[in-house]
Amino acid sequence: MNILTLLDMAVSGFGERTAFGSIGSGLTYAELLDRASRAGSSFTGAGSERVSFLDVSSPALPVALFGAAYAGQPFVPLNYRLADNDLVALAERTTPASIVTGADQAPRLAAVPGLTLFDRDQFLANTASGDGLEPMSWSMDPEDIAVLLYTSGTTGAPKAAVLRHKNLVGYILGSVEFMGAGEDEATLVSVPPYHIAGLAAILSSVYAGRRIVQLPNFDADTWIDLVATEGVTHAMVVPTMLARIVERMAARSIELPSLRALSYGGGRMPLPVIDHALNLFPETRFVNAYGLTETSSTISLLGPDDHRQAHTSHDPAIKRRLTSVGQPLPTLEVSIRDDEGAEVATGTPGEVWVRGEQVAGEYLQQGSKLTPDGWFPTNDGGELDADGYLYVTGRLDDVIVRGGENISPGEIEDVLLEHPGVRDVAVIGVPNDQWGETIGAVIVGSANEDELKAFVAERLRSSRSPDTVIYRDELPYNDTGKLLRRVLRAELDES
Amino acid sequence: MELRPGLKLSSAVCSTEVIVVAGSGDVDLTCGGVPMLAPGAEAGEANAAEGLTEGTMLGKRYCDEDGTVEVLCTKPGDGSVGVGQTAFGLKEAKPLPASD
Repeated sequence: MNILTLLDMAVSGFGERTAFGSIGSGLTYAELLDRASRAGSSFTGAGSERVSFLDVSSPALPVALFGAAYAGQPFVPLNYRLADNDLVALAERTTPASIVTGADQAPRLAAVPGLTLFDRDQFLANTASGDGLEPMSWSMDPEDIAVLLYTSGTTGAPKAAVLRHKNLVGYILGSVEFMGAGEDEATLVSVPPYHIAGLAAILSSVYAGRRIVQLPNFDADTWIDLVATEGVTHAMVVPTMLARIVERMAARSIELPSLRALSYGGGRMPLPVIDHALNLFPETRFVNAYGLTETSSTISLLGPDDHRQAHTSHDPAIKRRLTSVGQPLPTLEVSIRDDEGAEVATGTPGEVWVRGEQVAGEYLQQGSKLTPDGWFPTNDGGELDADGYLYVTGRLDDVIVRGGENISPGEIEDVLLEHPGVRDVAVIGVPNDQWGETIGAVIVGSANEDELKAFVAERLRSSRSPDTVIYRDELPYNDTGKLLRRVLRAELDES
Repeated sequence: MELRPGLKLSSAVCSTEVIVVAGSGDVDLTCGGVPMLAPGAEAGEANAAEGLTEGTMLGKRYCDEDGTVEVLCTKPGDGSVGVGQTAFGLKEAKPLPASD
């Protein structure tokens, strides 16, 4: 069991289909496997123990990913948006390593010993021809490490999440039908290489036989143009991207009829944005996917039929499903637990626990975080309703404890976003001597403070109403759409 | 033979190749009723037993009734995979919408 098996099967089944890029000029599955064997040979020759990648998306990404598997070395993508000192610290933890990088990034690594640099353009030229490793010489040990992904590290140094071949292959075999994509299908990938969704998209699409079109630096207009010119049928975006796409689509008043399926995940989707998107793409099948790096991507999804039903329903219980992450994949188990690790009753909030083959739940140096019976506590708060729909409220670290009462920021944010005078919002705990914490709402928009407090009190209850409302021009997000609450907290502490 | 997930096996009677997805311990994994071969093992003269020639399809998974032994077909062929003289069933999975 090795992620290379997925590519090898693709070559057997449809080797001459285009795997990456435009039809005609792109890379076929057969060419990708050949290039991976040559890349594997280079990595082996470099004497490295890991294969790192510091670059935007390009065909070099799948060549390096599968080349690393060929060489039996973990693939370790790095975030090129990190500050120099943070980047160097991670690169040092990754050595001895081969690293594929662009000419613009290479100078940033000059001071790091133990790195063998492969210039991206040279790497692509060199893997186009020549001798590679023997076919099928790769290890089939499912316990080997396929990928190391550094977490964003909200508290302390980033952790290196370990994903073994058995986790990633288990995820693909359990969720993707081999050759399930028609020859005309293409997916647009705009998440970066260091995001689990970016890597999972490569593996899923290779196994399904769906061509990948890469968008290196997301921009809504380029995204829209690529969908049109490349006949893109599928795409995955994070909520901040969809919000921008929806804005630009409306401004340019164009339609994208080729787009059959649009999945989103990686953060909370504001209800007004998804409602608007469902109107703009009336024929598109929407999927909301929830997952973590530590679970090899998606563990729960809200499918197309649920989206349309919830979108048009007047029943509040059905309508609410648009704020859920749907139902857990049939190949794994999800359980909601209390502080003691005991399962709670249906409809009761707790911590989301997950168990299944794709669940790695492991970090380098720290080891496995699974319980003895294989459960991974995600540190996400959530609840399951009577129909098995999962509602995720956010990281448990973000829960506000106000006078002994636990309050999920997500619940209040969802309500505030329904107010027409609120474009974006973050709810965070504000340290307070009397209450421990009070509720602070950081608002992008023009809604009046008293009106907002009353709006929340009416829809939830008065104890959920923000104690403080602060206005900002925009909220801080990272490039993969995660709201940076710690940045907001620090800003508020300073002021 | 000793099964373990990730083990790659080929048929002694046809072009079928499989990877073990689930199953461990001593299991008589067969194709066409004849024990499957570990990588590098020499194939002797063998023919598929009657009734065990349903064939295998690339990318399909086959498993025993209770799902304790499961294989993924990585190269198709004419024989049926199974344990001893009992063929596996095709594992049907409800396709999920693409999510990444």
